[in-house]
Amino acid sequence: MAKVVVVTSGKGGVGKTTSTAALGAALAQIGQNVVIVDFDVGLRNLDLVMGAERRVVYDFINVTQGIAKLPQALIRDKRLDRLALLAASQTRDKDALTEEGVQRVIGSLRQMFDWVICDSPAGIERGATLAMRYADTAIIVTNPEVSSVRDSDRIIGILDAKTLKAERGERVDKHLLITRYDQARAARGEMLNIDDVLEILSTPLLGIVPDSEEVLRASNLGSPVTLNNPNSGPARAYFDAARRLMGEDIEMTIPTDKQGLFGKLFGRRAA
Amino acid sequence: MSLFNFFKRRGSAPVARDRLQILLAHERTTQGSSDLLIVLREEILATIGRHVEIDPDRVNVQLERGAKVSTLEVDIEIPNTVRTPPNSGRRKRAPSVAHRTA
Repeated sequence: MAKVVVVTSGKGGVGKTTSTAALGAALAQIGQNVVIVDFDVGLRNLDLVMGAERRVVYDFINVTQGIAKLPQALIRDKRLDRLALLAASQTRDKDALTEEGVQRVIGSLRQMFDWVICDSPAGIERGATLAMRYADTAIIVTNPEVSSVRDSDRIIGILDAKTLKAERGERVDKHLLITRYDQARAARGEMLNIDDVLEILSTPLLGIVPDSEEVLRASNLGSPVTLNNPNSGPARAYFDAARRLMGEDIEMTIPTDKQGLFGKLFGRRAA
Repeated sequence: MSLFNFFKRRGSAPVARDRLQILLAHERTTQGSSDLLIVLREEILATIGRHVEIDPDRVNVQLERGAKVSTLEVDIEIPNTVRTPPNSGRRKRAPSVAHRTA
């Protein structure tokens, strides 16, 4: 049975799209069939981060409106044949995406894949609530920073109220993914540490993604960080998170970018 | 930075944590349901509004949320007579309402 996962946060710019791409690719790299779905109508970016921006012919709304069949709109990743992408529409009409349309498409994707990962738009408006509407599991992406933590708390409340599961009296499985974490600054008391964030949000931890230049490098190149540099700190954090999503019990660590002697001598530009 | 300052200096993270804890304690109790302070503000204004005409521009409402006690300060200008223009009115301070949060 497929799992529908929403990657959400409330606040923008915390790493939802990066995390959707990296987790989707990581799951595909370990043998799962995965589709990643961009819900950010009007501001689609998942195609760009995935390096598929020139291959978008049909989008999510085209499918809901019957202009395209779902298999026509799915973009198969060229590097990972188990990974597909459904792009968001660039229309300015945010109401073009309907609840019935989303329900139908998610229902079909459930039949075709092991994982349906929904990249939510920022905010708490309709786009965000539609992205979480049919989710079994939610990944709340949080930066160790006050505004991000506050918005995460807000989105957790909305997950417990506005999802189909919540309305049925069930619970959406919630996980926290802390991104842009700088262990050295946290140790110096300059940044909220993992325990602070977990205590405030009281939500189980899925993973800790270290702040790393590898993330920007990967998005520059249009490649998920788990593909672009699988041994980098963030990539290993996303692989661990993907395995935890699959139910594996993996010790929580904060992977760092390993640098060889050459890298240490000549700085990070060496790569 | 001297060595002494290095050891003395505490990071800003504990401040962030404490601020968040106070803020979220409030936001969680008010999410979904209506905020008591907001309800009080509306009802106080409505009650006074039944007796005198209130100029919405001359109402000052301040809210201070604390860890244990919150205060609502409603400052309304009430004209001496209904016919005189609002800017000749005497300022009257409405009672501050405090309530204890759970």
